[in-house]
Amino acid sequence: MPANTFRAVLRRLTSVAIIDLDGEINADAEDVLNTTYAQAAATDARTILLNFAAVDYINSTGIALIVGILAQARKANRELLACGLSEHYVEIFEITRLADFMSIFASEEDALAGVSTKT
Amino acid sequence: MTARLGNWWRIFTRRSPRERQAAPTSVVDETRRPTSPVIDISPDDPIVQYFLSAPGVVELDKLTLQSRALDALRAAGMRLAVPLVSQGELIGVLNLGARLSAQDYSSDDRALLSNLATQAAPALRVAQLVRQQQAELAARERIENELRVARLIQQTLLPKQVPDLLNWTFAARYQPARAVGGDFYDFIELPDGKLGLLIGDVTDKGVPAALVMATTRSILRAAALRMVSPGEVLGRTNDLLCGDIPPNMFVTCLYAILDPATGRLQYANAGHDLPYHRHAEGVAELRARGMPLGLMPGMLYEEKETVLAPGDSVLLYSDGLVEAHNPRREMFGFPRLRELMGGPTPTGDGIIEHLLVELAQWTGSEWEQEDDITLVVFQHAAQTAALPDLPVAELKEPPMHQWRTLAAWNIASEAGNERMAMRRVSEVVAGLNISTRGLQRLQTAVAEATMNAIEHGNKFRAELPVEVEVLASDSAVAVRIRDQDGQTPLPEAQVPDLEAKLAGLQTPRGWGLFLIKNLVDEMNVSSDDAHHTIELILQLEEDDHAS
Repeated sequence: MPANTFRAVLRRLTSVAIIDLDGEINADAEDVLNTTYAQAAATDARTILLNFAAVDYINSTGIALIVGILAQARKANRELLACGLSEHYVEIFEITRLADFMSIFASEEDALAGVSTKT
Repeated sequence: MTARLGNWWRIFTRRSPRERQAAPTSVVDETRRPTSPVIDISPDDPIVQYFLSAPGVVELDKLTLQSRALDALRAAGMRLAVPLVSQGELIGVLNLGARLSAQDYSSDDRALLSNLATQAAPALRVAQLVRQQQAELAARERIENELRVARLIQQTLLPKQVPDLLNWTFAARYQPARAVGGDFYDFIELPDGKLGLLIGDVTDKGVPAALVMATTRSILRAAALRMVSPGEVLGRTNDLLCGDIPPNMFVTCLYAILDPATGRLQYANAGHDLPYHRHAEGVAELRARGMPLGLMPGMLYEEKETVLAPGDSVLLYSDGLVEAHNPRREMFGFPRLRELMGGPTPTGDGIIEHLLVELAQWTGSEWEQEDDITLVVFQHAAQTAALPDLPVAELKEPPMHQWRTLAAWNIASEAGNERMAMRRVSEVVAGLNISTRGLQRLQTAVAEATMNAIEHGNKFRAELPVEVEVLASDSAVAVRIRDQDGQTPLPEAQVPDLEAKLAGLQTPRGWGLFLIKNLVDEMNVSSDDAHHTIELILQLEEDDHAS
């Protein structure tokens, strides 16, 4: 199998730190994901948005990584948001109840506009 | 040649003490060995330096050295000595007595001997090196064989599975060092419904330790089944072991009895590392005094008890964990272990994984494990709801389905191969009436079940196949995914406690079976001696609903 080329890029917009995720979120994504989250957490942004628009696969280990990040965010009183998830992964976030702890938006624009309606 | 040169001859070779033990005393063919006494030349005898500084034929009568070897050679009737020197090292001496003809050795004789020495020395050196290598190889093979036997004894006697008790979770890990130590652990089902828990460590390594471990385990088991007091069990075991254990060996051991109904834990300790009890207020050491087993008979073992409330856990461990060193030669240590147990540690098997990850980070990647590491964790489960309707039973063909196999194939147990299974399944079911949403659900369930088989069943051993079979009936599609492990029990699927995970009280992992269960219409799990099979069933759409 080809090596996972998962990437995570941190952007900063006003008071929100955005992490653009790209590729498969599985065990191989752990270091990149955690490092990028740590960079985001090192800023003074109180809200961190995970942008899943370019993510095509999340397995149960990937879910565990997101749970780990959500736990860190909650401990530091940061709000964690998600956007760009496909319908299937929105369903997975609902099954796992991650959706109860992080607001999910259809797009980055929706998230930034503070639209409260969950997809 | 020897007859023409003289009636006494001998090759003395100089060998290290190790070579003397490992190799025969001479390179000379047994049938041609002379009967003259062997003369050992001490390495600090002055004659050694003389031979090295004056190569060629040496007339012993003309030497004026104060040398015991020289005296011995003369006493043995030797006239000439021809040092065999190779790469600046004296590796032997060719000694000759008087010529048979009673004439003195001629200059031709000396030239011949000198030439002989020049050619014989390197050949002799090669022979010595070959013999040394053979001896070392044989010694290495002997050690490897011993280690194999020790591993076999140990692995045969360690429990094949952890107990399955309502409201309790058990996890155990044995990680042997290369030179196998004498760690052991055991779970003993007691007649009154209680459970005996045992962890021990025999001093020494290899086969001797493994044999003592086997003996101790047998005695302990027998005592545990007859006695109800942990202290008495250890006392009885100690008395019986004292007569059988080799000198300078002893066994540290902790024995505890758990009442699963009440959480009561009675324990006694024969010099083993103190277990840690994690509870709502923190971490406590479970202390009880007692000498290691096998040192002297008639010992008494203090007995203590505690109660494990729901959520409490206990860690039993061997010293291989706390005595591991990092590259700066610092020990992992008890304080670090206690701190980890008190921190945001996961639960159950997650504790073991957490500790081993912390250990690996601390020791670094170049670490060679010095001693066996054994970890046993048991936990009084918090009130998490088990999935009420998860069928864990023999696979039964539902009567309404007449299954036909659409495809079957194997995949290697390598990380990432679950994506191959996903793709292939979606290709195989492409012609069936499955909605896009249904297909995505099935794909994710297949990926999770395959990953489970690769990781937990086949333990990433690429040579073990994950067998995938896709079947269809008139109204449903089924995917059967089978690993090659009938020994390890499949973990129970539980509703993950997300709040506990977010609070750091549980490992963030543990979603696989839960996801599968929720993504397909039916999940069946079955096990036999050699396999676990997960069957995923998805109902097909009506014709006009398919997309």
